[in-house]
This record gives sequence, C-alpha cells and structure tokens, in this order.
Amino acid sequence: MSEFLQQLINGLSLGAIYALIALGYTMVYGVLRFINFAHSDVFMVGAFVGYYAIEKWHLPANSIGGGLLALAMAMAICAALGVLIERFAYRPLRGRSTLSVLITAIGVSLLLQNVAQNRQIGFGPNPKAFPNLFPYSNFHLGALTVSSNQVIVLIVTLVLLAALYFIVNHTRTGTAMRALSFNPTAASLVGINNDFIISFTFALGSSLAAAGGILYALNYPSIDPLMGTLPGLKAFVAAVLGGIGNLPGAAVGGVVLGLVETLVVACGGSTYRDAVAFGVLILILLVRPSGLLGKAEREKV
Amino acid sequence: MKSLKRNLFFTALAAVALALAGCKPSSESKTGAADTIKVGEFASLTGKEAAFGQSSHKGTLLAVEEINAAGGVLGKKIEFIYEDNRSTPGESATVVKKLITRDHVVAVLGEVASGRSLEAAPICQANKIPQISPSSTNPKVTETGDYIFRVCFIDPFQGTVMAKFAKSRLNAKNVAVLSDVAAPYSLGLAQYFKETFLADGGTVVSEQKFSSGDKDFKAQLTAIKAANPDAIFVPCYYTEAGLIVRQARQLGITVPLFGGDGWEAPELIQIGGEALEGCYYSTHYSPEDKSPAVQEFVSKFKAKNNGEIPDAMAALGYDSAMVLADAIKRAGTTDSVKLRDAIAATKDYAGVTGKTSLDANRNATKPAVILAIKDGKFKYVETISP
Repeated sequence: MSEFLQQLINGLSLGAIYALIALGYTMVYGVLRFINFAHSDVFMVGAFVGYYAIEKWHLPANSIGGGLLALAMAMAICAALGVLIERFAYRPLRGRSTLSVLITAIGVSLLLQNVAQNRQIGFGPNPKAFPNLFPYSNFHLGALTVSSNQVIVLIVTLVLLAALYFIVNHTRTGTAMRALSFNPTAASLVGINNDFIISFTFALGSSLAAAGGILYALNYPSIDPLMGTLPGLKAFVAAVLGGIGNLPGAAVGGVVLGLVETLVVACGGSTYRDAVAFGVLILILLVRPSGLLGKAEREKV
Repeated sequence: MKSLKRNLFFTALAAVALALAGCKPSSESKTGAADTIKVGEFASLTGKEAAFGQSSHKGTLLAVEEINAAGGVLGKKIEFIYEDNRSTPGESATVVKKLITRDHVVAVLGEVASGRSLEAAPICQANKIPQISPSSTNPKVTETGDYIFRVCFIDPFQGTVMAKFAKSRLNAKNVAVLSDVAAPYSLGLAQYFKETFLADGGTVVSEQKFSSGDKDFKAQLTAIKAANPDAIFVPCYYTEAGLIVRQARQLGITVPLFGGDGWEAPELIQIGGEALEGCYYSTHYSPEDKSPAVQEFVSKFKAKNNGEIPDAMAALGYDSAMVLADAIKRAGTTDSVKLRDAIAATKDYAGVTGKTSLDANRNATKPAVILAIKDGKFKYVETISP
C-alpha cells in the first residue's frame, strides 16, 4: 500500500511539471489556434538560464531567495524570447494557413536546438549537472518520502495556475485575450490591440515554459540542449488530453499523464512508458478529440 | 468539429516529425599528405556520453603524438583522423563508413559504448579494416568477425567480479538489478552478474528496466525499495547512474548502489553529488596504481591536459593506439590481412592497463579494479584478477 502511495506521489510530481508546460501550449492555442512547438525549446532555455544564474552569474545556490531570483530571471528572459519568436517567426505569417505557422514553429524549434548545441554561441552539446537552487531536504511520512523539490514543483505549479486563471478571467488584458480568441476581427474593431495581446500571450506562455524547465531540472538535474523534446511532446499530449485551449484541462491532463506513466512503470512496463503516453494521444483523438474537459467546437463550413 | 480533428491530426504528425528530426553531423577531420599512415577514430566527443569519448580520445591522441615524436611507424608518421558520433544511434555507422571509404584509413579505433562499437563492427569487417575497441566490454562486439579486436576485459568477467564483490564485500544476499534496455552493454552486464550471483546462492529480489535518456526513475526505484534489497546493481552509463543514485537517496533508499565501468566519468559525481557516497563500481585501472607505467602515463597525460587525471577510458584509448602501432611495426606493412594477423598475435604487450594478450576470440584478459566513491572522489578498493 505504501508503495502504491509513493508511486502516486512520484506520478503527481511528474504530472505537475507536464501540467506547467501544457499550460503554455494550451494558452497559445486558445488565443491563436496553433501549437507552438518551439515551446519545448523555450523550456530548455529556461533550464539553462537557471544553470547560468547559479554557475556563471553566481547567485547563491541552496537558498530560497537565490532560487526564486533564478526562477524569475529565467521567466523574464524566456518571456522576452517568446515575444521575439512571435515577432519574427509567427507575425509575418498572421492570417496564413495554420499549417504554415505550424511548420514554422517546428523550424524555430530546430533552430533553437541547434543554436543551443553550438559551443561558441550556445550552451554546447554536452549534458550539464544542474545545481540545487533551493535548500534541499526529504520529508518522511511513515514509509513515504517526499523531497522538498517535489513540494516546490507542486506549489509553484498551483500558484502559477491560479495566477494564470486570474489573469485570463479577471483582468482587462485577460478579457481582451478571450475576445481575441473568440473573434480577432471583432476584437480589433472594438479597440483591442491584437499585436500587443498576442505578444503578451507569448510572454506569458514562455515564462511558464521557463518555470517548467527549472522545476524539471531541479528534479532531474542533468540538462542538455535536447532535453525539451520529450517532455514537450508529453506536455502536448497532456494538453490534448485535458482539452486543448482549456486551462484547467491542461493541468488535469498533465497530472493524469504523469500518473499513468508512473503506474505503467510501477506495473513493470517501463519499456512501454513512452508508447503508452503517445497511445493516450491516439486514443483521445479517436474517442474524444475535444479532450477530457474541452467543449466540442462547432465550426461553420 | 471535423476541422479540429484534422488540425490535431496534422499537429500530431508534426509532433512525430519533430521527434524524429535529426541534425547534420559535423566532421572535424583533415586530409593530408600521402606518405603517412592513416588511422581513424570514432568517438562520442559530444552528447550524452561525451565524457567517455573525450577521455578516450585524449588518451588516443597522446599515444599518437608520442609515436610520431619518436619517428612514427615504418618510417612514416601516423595521420590521425577522428570523427564524432554525438553519442547518437546510427551516427557511428555513417562516420566509420566515411573513415574507410573516403579517408582510406588502415585501421579504426573506437568506441567506448558497446552499442556504438557494434554499429561500426560489421562495416569494418565487410571492408576488412581492423577495428580495435579500447573499452567496449560486451562480448558480442568481437564476435562480429575476425577483424574486430578489443584491449579490455569482457562483461562475463566484469559481471562475475561484481557478483563476487557484492557477496563478499557488501555481504549482500538479496540484490535488485536496474538495467537499460536500450544499451547492449547494460543488458549484457546485468545478465552475467545475475548468472554468477544466483549460482553463488544469492537472490535477485527485483529486476527493473529503463530506457537510455530517461530521467525519471522514481517508479522503478519505489518498486525496488519495496523489495528491500541489500544492494542495488545498476549497470548503465554515468548520466543515468548519477540520476538514479540521487533519486534512490531521495526515496530514502540507503543501501549501496554499484555498477560497472560505465560509471567511470567525472560527470558521475557532478550529477550524483553527495548521494554517491558509499557506492562502488568496477573499472579497468586506477590512477592511484603505483606501477611506473601507470604513473608515467598519469604525469604525461596531466601535463598535456591541464592537470586532468586520466580515467580508465583515457588509459584504454592510449593502449588501443599503442597496440595498433606495435602491430603495424611487427607486420612491417599496412596491408589489411597482414595487419590483422599481427594484431591477433599481440602477446604480453605491456600497456598502461596491464599486459595485453589477445586470445582466440580477439579479447584481452586483464584484471578488474574496484573503486569506491568517498568524499566526492574515486578511491581504490581492490584489484580482482581473472
């Protein structure tokens, strides 16, 4: 029984990170109706900013202040990166078919990966050991063990989810985002600055990716320029699972996927871990393409 | 509705494309004059197992420079051409084909990881170009054909050594095994360990698997913890080993973890940190060895590489090039058949990692060294002879 509970904790902390990355996917999709595949590489950049903050810019490691500062720096730098990507890669394609934007997104993703792998201008291709940002300890509840990093992941994910929910539903910018998502032309007619709102959406989504990158690296402290690909794809599955474009759905999808993966491994199917995750994607697209919490969308033909 | 479905389908397709997309290999070789002997090397100079490739490459490079400084072999200098396989599956085959067909090397040195040596071996065999692996320990590597050699021990021996070590030194009766299904090295070593350990009356209480590149091992480790083993055998490469040991300690597992020569890299300690205290692994040599051959090699290597202490991969990389040079001298030619015969006839060649004699299966028989991790450093424990 305690083994099962421990596996649930493991799954939950993995799922929380998927949820955080999935939120970024789902937000951009909700507003612009396309999947930003460069998201998983912004996630990687976020982790590297955290690494450089401690190793090169000498923020204090193992301290709450230093950790939060590194997290804030990563989120700020990645928000700027997200805005730049949108400005130069996606804005020129505004109004074109979704497919061309999608292909551009994959191009941006490959560009970021390869620049990051370069030794002169990027981070270099070799894995690096990620430092401990926050003070570290293990909590024991009977036979169960929870690490402080797992608790931090849960707290940060919940806080960011709540903040995001508030921004989208209770601020003027959030209202504008929803209006834009509903009908861009009508939104601009009533005086909404579409370009600004879209840039804002990218900044928000990218800063979530950066937070996800740092939290992921805290729990799995070996980072490399290709680290984003797999968690990024898993988070995409999570976003679709929960209902893409739906914020609570992304969170639910992430947690469900984390639990499913962990339980598959716990039952001895460790080699089928990724296969099951992507199997979930195929299944949900066949059975309920709008996702667990999504509403079926009607489009006029 | 329909269009949403289709959009998501394209998106999923794009996702797969993204996962499969690779990038162009980089080649760092140079071409040169004809009156040289061309020797090729392929190594994981970047990527997940870069520590192996870098170390092995530095050792090989040191050997080549020494040979050339002493006048080369057969009156010619060795022209050393090396390629990076980026620790990626599939890349070794490409770069070795390039070394053989474009650069016309007389022999190929490499690799550390058994899986990548196995990729290159059929190509070398088909082209009748001798390949000497410095430190691939999986037996299948040299079974590929009579042109494939190695200068290190093989996993049936390493597995036996670790099984005996677990029983006698760690007093372990119940052991859990966590191995990597995507690495032939890991599966082979786990297999040989189990055979000996079970034959000696031990029990394997839990057997878990993962796949190279995984980062979350908590589910497997939780299952292992529930089985309550006395020690955990983790035969895999250092990136995963560091993460596994760390996550094991996070879950409150206090028993020792131990592995094979795949743990041999400074990055192990960077990734694993304090969690590694009291863990052990087997390898090919220890820089603390007092023999003059080892100490001379250590000081030369340190002088050339900013004080870096050579690990086993560097020592074997050095020995592989030296064994090849010795064979070329004895053959008196670089003709592939005669060179192959000369390498096969290598007997009692005194290298850094001990005397190298190649047996009928083109493997070397050498003692294994067990190291412990103490205060963030590798410490010599014992040498176990075959």
